[in-house]
Amino acid sequence: METEQTVLGRFGAYLQITPLVLILVTFLIAPMVVILLYSFFKFGPFATQIGVFVIDNYVRSLSFDSSTWPALADTIRTTAITWAITLVLGFVLTYYLVFDVIQLRIKIFLFLLAVVPFWTSGVVRMIAWLPFLGKEGLINGSLIGLGITDEPLQFLLFSDFAVILSYVHVLTLFMVAPLFNVMARIDLRLIEAAKDQGAKGWQILLYIIIPLSRPGIAIGTIFIVALTASDFVAVRLLSGGTSGTLATAVFNQYAQSRYPLSAASGIILLILLLLFVGGIMRLVDIRKQL
Amino acid sequence: MSKRNISRRTVLKGTAAAAGVAAGSGAVSGFPMVWAQNLKDVTLRSIGSAVTHQPAWAKQATEDLGFNVDITALDFDSITNRINTQPGSFDIAEPAFNYFRRLSAVGNIQPIDTKRLTNWDQFNDLYRTGKLTASAPFGDGQNPTTVMYTKDGKNFVKPGESDQIFGLPSVHNADTLGYRPDLTGRKLESWSELISDEWRGKVALQSFPDIAMMDIALAIEGAGLLKYGNKGNMTREEIDKTFVILTDLKKKGHVRAFWTTFSESVTLMVSGETVIQSMWSPAVTVTKSQGVPCVYGDLKEGYRGWTIGYVMPKQLTGLKRDAAYEFFNWLSSGWSGAYFSRQGYYMPTLEATKKFMTADEWGFWYEGKPAQGSIPGPDGKPLEKAGTVRDGGSYENRMGNIAVWNSEFDEFGYLVDEWNKFQSG
Repeated sequence: METEQTVLGRFGAYLQITPLVLILVTFLIAPMVVILLYSFFKFGPFATQIGVFVIDNYVRSLSFDSSTWPALADTIRTTAITWAITLVLGFVLTYYLVFDVIQLRIKIFLFLLAVVPFWTSGVVRMIAWLPFLGKEGLINGSLIGLGITDEPLQFLLFSDFAVILSYVHVLTLFMVAPLFNVMARIDLRLIEAAKDQGAKGWQILLYIIIPLSRPGIAIGTIFIVALTASDFVAVRLLSGGTSGTLATAVFNQYAQSRYPLSAASGIILLILLLLFVGGIMRLVDIRKQL
Repeated sequence: MSKRNISRRTVLKGTAAAAGVAAGSGAVSGFPMVWAQNLKDVTLRSIGSAVTHQPAWAKQATEDLGFNVDITALDFDSITNRINTQPGSFDIAEPAFNYFRRLSAVGNIQPIDTKRLTNWDQFNDLYRTGKLTASAPFGDGQNPTTVMYTKDGKNFVKPGESDQIFGLPSVHNADTLGYRPDLTGRKLESWSELISDEWRGKVALQSFPDIAMMDIALAIEGAGLLKYGNKGNMTREEIDKTFVILTDLKKKGHVRAFWTTFSESVTLMVSGETVIQSMWSPAVTVTKSQGVPCVYGDLKEGYRGWTIGYVMPKQLTGLKRDAAYEFFNWLSSGWSGAYFSRQGYYMPTLEATKKFMTADEWGFWYEGKPAQGSIPGPDGKPLEKAGTVRDGGSYENRMGNIAVWNSEFDEFGYLVDEWNKFQSG
């Protein structure tokens, strides 16, 4: 009886994590290993030569005149702008929810409102912008109707503007949720104490709320950057194919059956994202906050 | 299992005596019964594009054949990727001919034996000599005959050198530019209109790199800016020069969008985002059916031709393979031809197709004659009014005037890289 318990005690924990490990190994680690292997397979002329290992795909992806660099520049630009907007917007929204809305029920209701867009799929949410932003769309129709412009504004659709707009629409909640989590835990007595000491509103914001929100900002940033940098659907649909990020390059290579090149670009993107996440983790100790 | 297979195949060959010998112990008279019974339980899984893989068509196939034809519609890139990576996940597939080199390089395909095709003698000259008529051009790029005949499913041979084919040609067509005559105010007669300053910001191209390149090459050549050795197989130098022009156009905001799906191209046209664009024939029909005038240009440089066709994966054997041949024979026996013709496509077995269409329909779709009465669409509802003439005219005028065939360049890898750069730049 006693031995049985010891055995259970020793293996119980392992047993408990087995399902998760199995799922992660099967659906995350194994596919990643396959992608990594593929990224080293030789390609050409029209097919992958499985089992023939070369580093050509990386040499090609990282060479001076490779398409990786302009695509990376596009990725960084789109991601940075999206991040900046969602950060400001997310911070203001969360601040309002946490500090200005007093009744808990209203707080919860407003938070749920922010989740409403997620009742439809991401692709639907993106497509919904098309009739809104088009040449004969709602905005241009109104602007011309009001006599503000004569010609429809072309930049509204099939542009970086449209892509970033859709990201902000879809992703702001990913900034709000972690920010809400940390901001709601700020002890209100701290703010009162600061007020008693004569701190002005901006000083409270700058020296109390923002520093204490840092873990939330960090987690939100990881969400936004990872989701933006790896998306290709919004870029394709809303830029009308006139813009290309690293993720679209990965997709284009894949669609044209050029798996090793697609895999190599994918691994490069993954390494860049991991480095970025690692950097953020060093700046803020997220684990301590969870 | 093996006994069943032997009996099946021999019955199909129609040699009852041989069947008796091969089966040995079995009762000869029982075979056809067993065969019909077996085939009834077959489900033939087909993957193909939305061009042909339509529920109404599959329903008819299932009814006529007596076994279940199960269809999955994918985009062309996905069809090719499925064949190359998961050849066991379907029984037959209908990729486009311009992907055949990519498929043959991977080698998951078994050749189709034309001797088992009951209508094989009816397939027209486009798939025998590569030219619809003696005076028709062979066209730049991959003329269907160059990627059709094979002995081993890996290498292509000239027509006549083999009875085996890599893919069975089904639907084909001649693509050109679609435009809004109400917004252009005049008839367009050259591909060069695609790059004309007049339509700045109102142009759409396809986002398939190779097809976009061929369209733009037709426009560039039409405008007299460059001369290509082979528009369907450009050299690196030609690709570079073309991208210089394309990049310049992009900077000027000339191209409004690059479309990937059929419905995107319709939306662009109907919503007024574009006035002129590279388009598929039925997309023009759909645009018109929404009350928006749209013309499929008959341009002096000619058309960009394409063919799609069925291939069989290596794994397909026995009963399923027999079902596949039954399906192929049904496909080319006329009903499908008429059904797809009513959507503006063509099928290579003309005589069989003709039997399933009225003289007026045949005159309208294939002979370029004005419609006598109302012309019905595939669903039987009126599609075209009496007196209408098909854009571009007759089958011979369109398919006999192919300037370039949809192709995969030798320098395709280079093209995809440059295309990615072009998109990002």
